[in-house]
Order: sequence, then structure tokens, then C-alpha cells
Amino acid sequence: MIQNRRKFLKKSAGLIAGAGVVSGFISKYATGFAKASTEKAASGKSIRWGMVIDMRKCIDGCVKCIEVCHVTHNVPEFDNPKDEIKWIWKSDYAKVFPSKDQQFVSEETRQKPFLSLCNHCADPPCVIVCPTGATFKRKDGIVEMDFHRCIGCRFCMSACPYGSRSFNWRDPRPAIENITPEYPTREKGVVEKCNFCSERLAKGQQPACVEECPENVLTFGNLYDKNTEIRKILKENPTITRKPELGTNPSVFYIT
Amino acid sequence: MIEKALAGNRFYWSWITILLALVSLGVYSYSQQLTYGLTVTGMGRDISWGVYIAQFTFLVGVAASALMVVLPYYLHDYKEFGKIVIIGEFLAVSAATICLLFVIADMGHPSRVFYVLLYPHPKSMVFWDVQVLNGYLLINIVSGWTVLEAERKGVSPPTWVKPIIYLSIVWAVSIHTVTAFLYAGTPGRHLWLTAVLAPRFLASAFAVGPALLILISFILRKFADFDVGEKAIHKLTTIATYAGIANFFFVGAEFFTAFYSNIPGHKHSLEYLFFGLDGKYQLVPWMWFSMIVGIVSVMILLYQQRRPSKKLLIAACTGIVVSLWIDKGIGLIIGGFVPSPMEEVVEYFPTFIEITVTLGIWAIGLLILTALLKVAVAVKKAT
Repeated sequence: MIQNRRKFLKKSAGLIAGAGVVSGFISKYATGFAKASTEKAASGKSIRWGMVIDMRKCIDGCVKCIEVCHVTHNVPEFDNPKDEIKWIWKSDYAKVFPSKDQQFVSEETRQKPFLSLCNHCADPPCVIVCPTGATFKRKDGIVEMDFHRCIGCRFCMSACPYGSRSFNWRDPRPAIENITPEYPTREKGVVEKCNFCSERLAKGQQPACVEECPENVLTFGNLYDKNTEIRKILKENPTITRKPELGTNPSVFYIT
Repeated sequence: MIEKALAGNRFYWSWITILLALVSLGVYSYSQQLTYGLTVTGMGRDISWGVYIAQFTFLVGVAASALMVVLPYYLHDYKEFGKIVIIGEFLAVSAATICLLFVIADMGHPSRVFYVLLYPHPKSMVFWDVQVLNGYLLINIVSGWTVLEAERKGVSPPTWVKPIIYLSIVWAVSIHTVTAFLYAGTPGRHLWLTAVLAPRFLASAFAVGPALLILISFILRKFADFDVGEKAIHKLTTIATYAGIANFFFVGAEFFTAFYSNIPGHKHSLEYLFFGLDGKYQLVPWMWFSMIVGIVSVMILLYQQRRPSKKLLIAACTGIVVSLWIDKGIGLIIGGFVPSPMEEVVEYFPTFIEITVTLGIWAIGLLILTALLKVAVAVKKAT
């Protein structure tokens, strides 16, 4: 019965979706009702990659994960903050979690460096606004970029509520110290961001940041598999996600 | 009919030359942007849209405002708009054209512009915006030109053009609604995430458009010896007045919701724009100037109903245009990015290249408008 209703909801959403301008909203709501994105059974998918960041273990001043990520993915280094490109970086707690910034908290807590990266949302606002499908959600939940499809309209940057996306304001290649041949460099005029190391996952490897971290701060795994380490951590610890009130359903969780 | 745009006095040709000079400067600057990338603009990681998208937003409103002359003339048979209706349609044509140019100027990869049609994604509002803007451009060229051509030949316009004109009325509303939806559907930007955005866009458009048409009417009266008629100007004044009042009512409603609810996210952008945030207040003088000039202009327009004065009318119409250009062409877009999703206040300064590209595109719009109006006035005068 519930399954039928779900099918009905999906079908009617599909019908209405064809009807025009409203299509984006309606189908977004329909998937919201069906909770397709958060439960495996409803989505019919078997993998949803996710990450838990245990900030209790993260050492102040350590930037190993950032360095390895940026080397692995040929992320250029610019002096001018306007041109900056970053896939993973550290920012103050109060900036990463602006809606959780509490009263009477010490400056130390507010300014504690927190890791920030793409949340690979289950309901990504960046994907819905992209006019060409250059940014899209894969079946395993990764929000991926096609650098050859991106027209550089930067709508995804306006839509992302986490500031996780960077644009190549200028040619990035001269600003890459040593090019890693395993991953493509980009050209000016396209958007880029963290890809959960999809190229490494394809080879059965963990994301570079997870592998590099000396303190095991980062745990990566399949959120739809109840027997994974990541699900165990999520079950045993109180975790938070960034801006949950926006309904994006992030796949990156934090232990504070 | 187009040959009429090629006959003009010295003044006409000096004006064309100035515009062409601005276009050339814009083309040169754009070539720099193509070579070095959008880094030559003031945009950056935090403020990722700037004057280009802001001009686009403002001009969609100008384009949509043709509705305010087409609707009374064709649907309500308001004969006094007989001379102004073609001016409204041609204003829409030139505005819609440069809207598209501003979008292309803003693209990181302009050579891929047709990917929007090649890989259509109907869930994206950009897809719909491209459809409605191009459609609107086409509708207005066809209907404006056909009716004018018929007038030149001294025959009544073909019957097939009527449905297209009626379509343009609905279509005008759609272009500005879809444009508002570009912004109003982004979850992290509180200044944009408001249901009143589309109504406010329409209200400001219907104030700016008629105000511009009044100014154009006075210019035509002075330089082209062409009079659209006092009654038409009077009616346009009324329309601009009440649309202006509606616009400022919506602005007030935004302020009430943000500050009475006291929700920080809702307040931040307005605080940045009108009072400054984190010691940064670059746009504060602009926004107050826009607000005060806008409200005073609306009040003058209202007073025009009792005691018309040409000088005051021109001043008030200029005031409305400038005020709402600042509001939409600067405040709304930049304000949406401040503070950033990480609560940082970053300021934006357009560069020389960015400003000259912008001026160049505006000049293209004025060139198109000048040529089209030249044709329209020549035909109207001959009949």
C-alpha cells in the first residue's frame, strides 16, 4: 500500500514535472515526501558514500588532508583570495556552523578550526540549478562535476549554501607546482569542487584525505550499508551536519 | 523599412558615433576578459555574480514593462497609446537583446553557450529563462515590426499578428517571474529566498518601464519633433506612480519580516546593504540614496495627478529609473552574496574592464533602440 502510494506520488510528480516551470519544485517536494534520498529501500540504490569527521581528534595546525587533496587533484594555489580555489579547508567553527553559533561560548570554541568540504548532499541544490547537467549526482551519491560540460554560469555557486564551490577565474595551470598526471587539470571558466575522490574509489582506494590523516579523524564509507564502520560511528556518537534546516541532507557528518 | 534608420542629421550621427565608440571600447575590454578569464572582473569566490548579472536582472524588467503599453492598447483598446505602443515594444526588443548579451558576458565558457539547448535541463531555471527571453525577443520584433509595416503601407495589420500580441502580454509576466525564480529558489541566500521577490520584480519593472517611456517621449519631442500625446504621458505617469508605490510597499514588507522576526539570516543582507555589517558598509550610501530618491520621486509622481509640471515629471521619472537601477542593478545581486555562506563579509569593486564591457553592452542596446525608434518615428510621421 505504502509502496503503491509512493509509486503514485512519483508518477504524478513525473507527470506534473512535464508541465513546465514548476517541474523543479514539484519533483523536489515529491522526493522529499517519499524520503527517497535518506533510506536505501525507497531509493533502490545500494551505495551512498558518506564521511564522518571526528573533530575531537583533529590537530590544530595540521593541514595534511588539505595538502594531499590539493596535490592529488591539481588544485592551483593563488595569492589573491578573489581567485582562490579550494576543495577542503579549515575555517572557524562559527563559520562552518553559523546556525549553531551559541551565546556565552568562549572565543576559543567559536574559532576552533573545522574542516569544510563539499557535503555531497542527497538533495543537492547545486545540481537542480545547473542548466546543462555539468554537475550531477551519481548513483552512489557523489555530486560530481563534468568540466567539459560546464558553461561557467556559476549558478551552482549561488545555490550552494556551504560555499563549497570554486570557479577558475583564471588559467589554473601556471599556478600548479607539480602536476599530478592521474587527475585532469582544469581550464579557466569552469567550476570545481571536492569529488570524494571518485577516481580513487573506482580503483578501490579510500579518498586521499582519509588515507593521509595521521589521527583517523576522517571515516569514509557506505551510508546504506548497516554493517560499515561509518554507520557504527553514526549510531554510537552524536553527530551534526551543516545547515540541516535547508533540507539538503548532507553526507558529511561531524562529531564536535 | 530599415533604410529609414540610415537617414539622419548631424546630431543623429554624432550620437551614433559616440555609441559606436563605447561599443568598440567594450569589445576591446571583452577581448581582454576572453584572454585572461573573469579574473579581470571584480568578482571572486565569495561574490560570484556582479554587475553583468545585475544589469541583466534590471533589464529583464525594462523588457517586461512593454506590457504596460501593450495591454491597455490592445486588450482595453486604449487609443491614446497608439503612438507609444511601438516605442514600448522596441524598448523591449533592445532591452531583451542586451539581457542576453549580459548573460553571455558573464559566462566563464561563452563558447559553450548552446549547451543550454543541447543538454536541456528543465529543472534549472536558466533553461526556462533562456526560452522565455528569446521567445519574448522574437514576439516583440515580429509584432512590432509587422504592425509598423502595415501602418506604413496604410493597411490594417494581418490577423495572425493579434494572437502573437496577446501572447506577448502573458509572456512579459513570465520573463520577469522566471528571472525572479532564478534567485528565489536558492536555499542559502536569504535576501533572495522570499516569495515577494517575483511580485517585487514586476512592480519595479512596471515603474521603471513607463518612467523610461516618458523620458523617451520627451527626448523624441525635443529631437525628433514627434509627440506621443499628453494623454499617453499622463496615463504612463499614473501607471509608474502606482507600480512605484507597490514596489516600495514590497520593500517595506521585506524589512518588516526580517527585523520583526529578528532571524539573523534574514536580517544580515539588509543590515549589510542599509547599515553596514562587520565594519563594511560600501553600499550603504547607494542604498539610502536609492531609497530616498525613489520614495521622493513616487511622491512627486503622485502630485503630478493634481498639478502636472513637465520639469518635475522629468526629474521624478529620472529619479525612479536611477533609484530602481541601484536597487536591482547593484543592491539585490551583490547583497545576496553578503554575508557569504560562511558568514564572511567580502566587498566587491567592479574593475575598469568590467565597467567598460557593461557600458559597451548598454551602448549596443541604445544603438538598437535608436535605430528602431528612428524607423518607427519616420513611419508614424509619414502616415
